Amino acid sequence: MKKPKIKSIPYEEFNDNETFESLVQKLNENGVNIVVKSLDDLFDWGRSNSLWPLTFATSCCGIEFMAVCAARYDIARFGFEVTRNSPRHADVILVSGTIVKKMAPVLKRLYDQMADPKYVIAIGGCSISGGPFRKSYHVVMGVDEIIPVDVYVPGCPPRPEAFLYGMMQLQRIVKVENFFGTTNRKERDPFKKEYEERSEKILASQEEA
Amino acid sequence: MVLDYQIIAPADLHQEMLRLRAEKGMDFLVNLTGMDWGEEGFGVVYQLESTQTGEQINIKAICADRENPTLPTVSDIWDIANIYEREVYDFLGIIFTGHPDMRRIYLREDWVGYPLRKDDKPEEQNPLRMDAVPLSDETVCYEMGEDGKLVKRKNVIFEQDDYVVNMGPQHPSTHGVLHFRVALEGERIKKVDPVLGYIHRGIEKMNESMTYPQTLALTDRMDYLGAMQNRHALCKVIEEAMGVEVSDRVKVIRTIMDELQRIDSHILFFSCLCQDLGATTAFLYGFRDREKVLDIFEETCGGRLILNYNTIGGVQADLHPNFVRRVKEFIPVMRKGLKEYNDIFTGNVIARNRMEGVGILTKDQVIAMGCTGGTGRASGWHNDLRKLRPYDAYDRVDFKEITFEKGDSFARYMVRLLEIEESLKIIEQLIDNIPEGSYQEKMKPIIKVPEGTYYSAVEGSRGQFGVFLESRGDKFPYRIHYRSTGLPLVYAMDTVCRGNLIADLVTIGGTLDYVVPDIDR
Repeated sequence: MKKPKIKSIPYEEFNDNETFESLVQKLNENGVNIVVKSLDDLFDWGRSNSLWPLTFATSCCGIEFMAVCAARYDIARFGFEVTRNSPRHADVILVSGTIVKKMAPVLKRLYDQMADPKYVIAIGGCSISGGPFRKSYHVVMGVDEIIPVDVYVPGCPPRPEAFLYGMMQLQRIVKVENFFGTTNRKERDPFKKEYEERSEKILASQEEA
Repeated sequence: MVLDYQIIAPADLHQEMLRLRAEKGMDFLVNLTGMDWGEEGFGVVYQLESTQTGEQINIKAICADRENPTLPTVSDIWDIANIYEREVYDFLGIIFTGHPDMRRIYLREDWVGYPLRKDDKPEEQNPLRMDAVPLSDETVCYEMGEDGKLVKRKNVIFEQDDYVVNMGPQHPSTHGVLHFRVALEGERIKKVDPVLGYIHRGIEKMNESMTYPQTLALTDRMDYLGAMQNRHALCKVIEEAMGVEVSDRVKVIRTIMDELQRIDSHILFFSCLCQDLGATTAFLYGFRDREKVLDIFEETCGGRLILNYNTIGGVQADLHPNFVRRVKEFIPVMRKGLKEYNDIFTGNVIARNRMEGVGILTKDQVIAMGCTGGTGRASGWHNDLRKLRPYDAYDRVDFKEITFEKGDSFARYMVRLLEIEESLKIIEQLIDNIPEGSYQEKMKPIIKVPEGTYYSAVEGSRGQFGVFLESRGDKFPYRIHYRSTGLPLVYAMDTVCRGNLIADLVTIGGTLDYVVPDIDR
């Protein structure tokens, strides 16, 4: 059977798993304190292998997430199997499904309730950009308008393998975080300011209306 | 089929409806569609059916006043009209006089405008609001005064000293983002007030600016566990309107696919119900078998969940060469799986105690509330469209319509498990003699539907899924309205939960088996 080749998909990048590692090496080039670094490594190793997702699903992608949790794709292999129903217990929120204007404040509140450090994965076309509902009057055009996103997993809905790939990318992000010595990425979040500005803008436009 | 309707003036509407209900036995309000006819004004199309004789009557009511459109309510005649009229009010702003609860249902209470009006521009007036959704404990009721002016009266949803528990929108067992406000008396439920619209995506409005082949794509994403049947219904109504007859092969393929989808949906129902009740092993068993159905779908359609298979005049692609073999392998596996489900969960003492005698719906109630599908059949209402009005290949297969009399949670659960077996039987009868022929009729590049009003329904995974289509002869539909299978079920929650324990709300909701994106559309 002929394999279809789509021009816009950067196929090589899927196999390129070294870029991230080389980036990490570059970061650590000048050397860090050995004790601090080993402690960080230990922490990050533990944290990246026990990310607890929040069971948050609005539509179709949620059903695929259930399939990922079941036996065949077995999310437990990566340590994600402890799905939490309360945002207070969760490390990562998987936004699987469309977020509409009525749901947006709820999602923001859920995100605010999660304890730091917290991560967001946008799953599926709807939560990335509005997807097939881009023309709709009641759909938020991507959750990154409301909350900062760490990993995007495209698809409608994404295959379970794509879910796992996305979560493994998140593990990589977690693995390079520093807690001791250097600054914590989350504390000096480069995007934080941007998001505050954006939410202020939303509030201002609300008041105008 | 083409909808023939009588036009009735708003002043006589209530009288006429009462007469139809009493004399002709029109006890089932199939569908209620709010319409914007432009210069003619706003209006509503009522589709009535008698469950005794099967006779159908369609009524059209027009109110010419575009400033303050009003119509008399029929919610005192058919229970389900209550929520349908609220939907029409929300989208079109038609005020139903005498309706006890004229609140918005999908959109926020502070939403400006009525999106389904042709001259409304919802994006401009409604930016993204990030403050919490306002929810009032009071509602309004409009009455027509002596001088023809509307009189506003306040109605109370929750009293000042009611103990109200919010369940959802983020709750693992509401099967999506559904919000119930539950008033409690001790541990007993006094009242349930569903708040919808947390996944309202405006599909009906979007459809009005899409060509017919484009509208198909969104149906799959409404009820994602009935993706095949939803798309089937829309294709069917367009084909009937255009007078296209699909080949025998397509008919059989569609029937088999619908049944596979039904099995998929019922397995997921079983798995989620078990999960909600704490039986994780049963959840894993269910998903193990469901993956096999998904594999079959994937080979032929290319998708696992969103299938995009039916097209106008046929199907997207011919069956995969492995299809017949795979399905034949699947049937015995599923039978074995069913036995395991019964062993692990149906006979379980805890499951029995949680389900038997809990959440009872009587036959009259399910008809009044339009709860079709497994929920209706569990209460003894014969409503299976595959038997009543056979379409496609259902007239040539032999199967049983599963009904129970008790109408409790356990009956609803059993209906679905037994329906898997019936679906397997249907597939077994068809799989060996799929006729030869083309899988796609030749269609014109631009599809235009002749002017008129059409309605067509199929038996979806959880009830009658219908599509109401009004065309003005363009390549865009003038209005598409979906008869959601889940909306009546959510409306029934109030009736069925009253007097039960709060802990049973999860079980009852699970056995009613609604899918939220299908309710909100």
